[in-house]
Amino acid sequence: MMKWLHTMASSAWFYRFAARIVPWLTTLFVLLFLYGLYGGLITAPADYQQGDAFRIIYIHVPAAWMSLFIYVVMAIYGIIALVWRIKLAEVLLISSAPIGAAFTLLALVTGSLWGKPMWGTWWSWDARLTSELLLLFLYLGVLGLYAAIEDKRVASKAISVLTLVGVVNIPIIHYSVKWWNTLHQGSTVTLTDKPSMQIDMLIPLLVMAVAFKVYYAISLLIRAKAELIEREPNSKWVRKVIEEDNNE
Amino acid sequence: MSYFMIIRRESLVAFRNRHEALSPLLFFFLVCLLFPLAVGSSSKILDDISSGIIWTAILLATLMSLTHLFRKEYDDGTLELMMLSHHSLAVLVMIKLAAHWIINILPLIVLAPFIASALGMDLHIQGALLLTLFLGTPSLILIGATVATLTLVIPQNGMLLALLVLPLYVPVLIFGTSAVDAAASGLPTAGPLYMMAAILILSLTLTPFAIVSALKIGISQ
Repeated sequence: MMKWLHTMASSAWFYRFAARIVPWLTTLFVLLFLYGLYGGLITAPADYQQGDAFRIIYIHVPAAWMSLFIYVVMAIYGIIALVWRIKLAEVLLISSAPIGAAFTLLALVTGSLWGKPMWGTWWSWDARLTSELLLLFLYLGVLGLYAAIEDKRVASKAISVLTLVGVVNIPIIHYSVKWWNTLHQGSTVTLTDKPSMQIDMLIPLLVMAVAFKVYYAISLLIRAKAELIEREPNSKWVRKVIEEDNNE
Repeated sequence: MSYFMIIRRESLVAFRNRHEALSPLLFFFLVCLLFPLAVGSSSKILDDISSGIIWTAILLATLMSLTHLFRKEYDDGTLELMMLSHHSLAVLVMIKLAAHWIINILPLIVLAPFIASALGMDLHIQGALLLTLFLGTPSLILIGATVATLTLVIPQNGMLLALLVLPLYVPVLIFGTSAVDAAASGLPTAGPLYMMAAILILSLTLTPFAIVSALKIGISQ
């Protein structure tokens, strides 16, 4: 009984908290994003080798960072969900997965668009590209497993375990792919040894990275709100918060 | 004694359903057969990709065999009895997986040198191939069993299992084929073999816990 009360309370509390904080985060995101875009597209100087084409970095690199970051965050939610059986962590875990998959896809697509003018090919079996692609499949696996199991509590536990299995495997996959590539052929193009960035190129990139993180928080909170309602459609707290919303 | 009983029971069940135990073997054989038909019978091409063909076919055959791992035990309640027994569930699961490996994978490894010869692989390279298969396939079973247990509650889990398992098989595939390729070009094979051994030790120590927690999730439903 106490436990039930506790979870109910925390769902309602989280829902209200999310509803209150999302507008602030959105403002912050818009400011950071516009500043980052302006800095990246207009004030940053053109690259001496790649010209203006390098500017896609301001979307590509933050998206690639987010793709890994979100998976690690999901694994942390997975541990919390499995060890302390906190429902909210399950909700946050499954709400993160589509966002992470979207960032991974965005990193792949922008990388491909960038690769065409720079390397002359849409796709190369470069270690980073390949492991990013495998990461996309890991995300899709989490989404697929969650969708296939009808009982969502069971599904949440299953994806918690799956995410942990995945997070142990990610470094192994990454380094094995890296090794595979160097063993078969010297990489013709590497992203690693680019010239160190100029400061006025770097600042917009970091701002964009922070903006993407804020975007993740916004998207996560909105998704988690919807997921919470979907899981407990007939509970009292849902009726209460919806009444509150209508009264405002 | 009951540990031995599990292997005996598994072998008996496999022997009584011979056609089922044979299916990974036939599948492995047919996949290997498809490659010469698809890429042409030129011995140079086949020689270059023979390690890749065999490893890919092993991967797919393992995946096939995993779709019915724990399935019957889940449906008829044997799993519940295993969980209720006073033995450690992790140990029981490991023994069951060992039996699964012996019944489903060992025949493939026995068949592999013949197929390798048919694809034009030299004898001394086949030794390296067998070594990678012995080191790699137990990891495949352990990793695959973890995911297969998670999908137990889903009745038709074949496609989903492939999506979940194959990305996790990439390291074993890479090290397995690179060890064989290194042997083919006369380079030392120790590096990738050590990596495979490391992956095997990691899976032997970590996956039992994951499998047990996955079984508990499946049974709780």
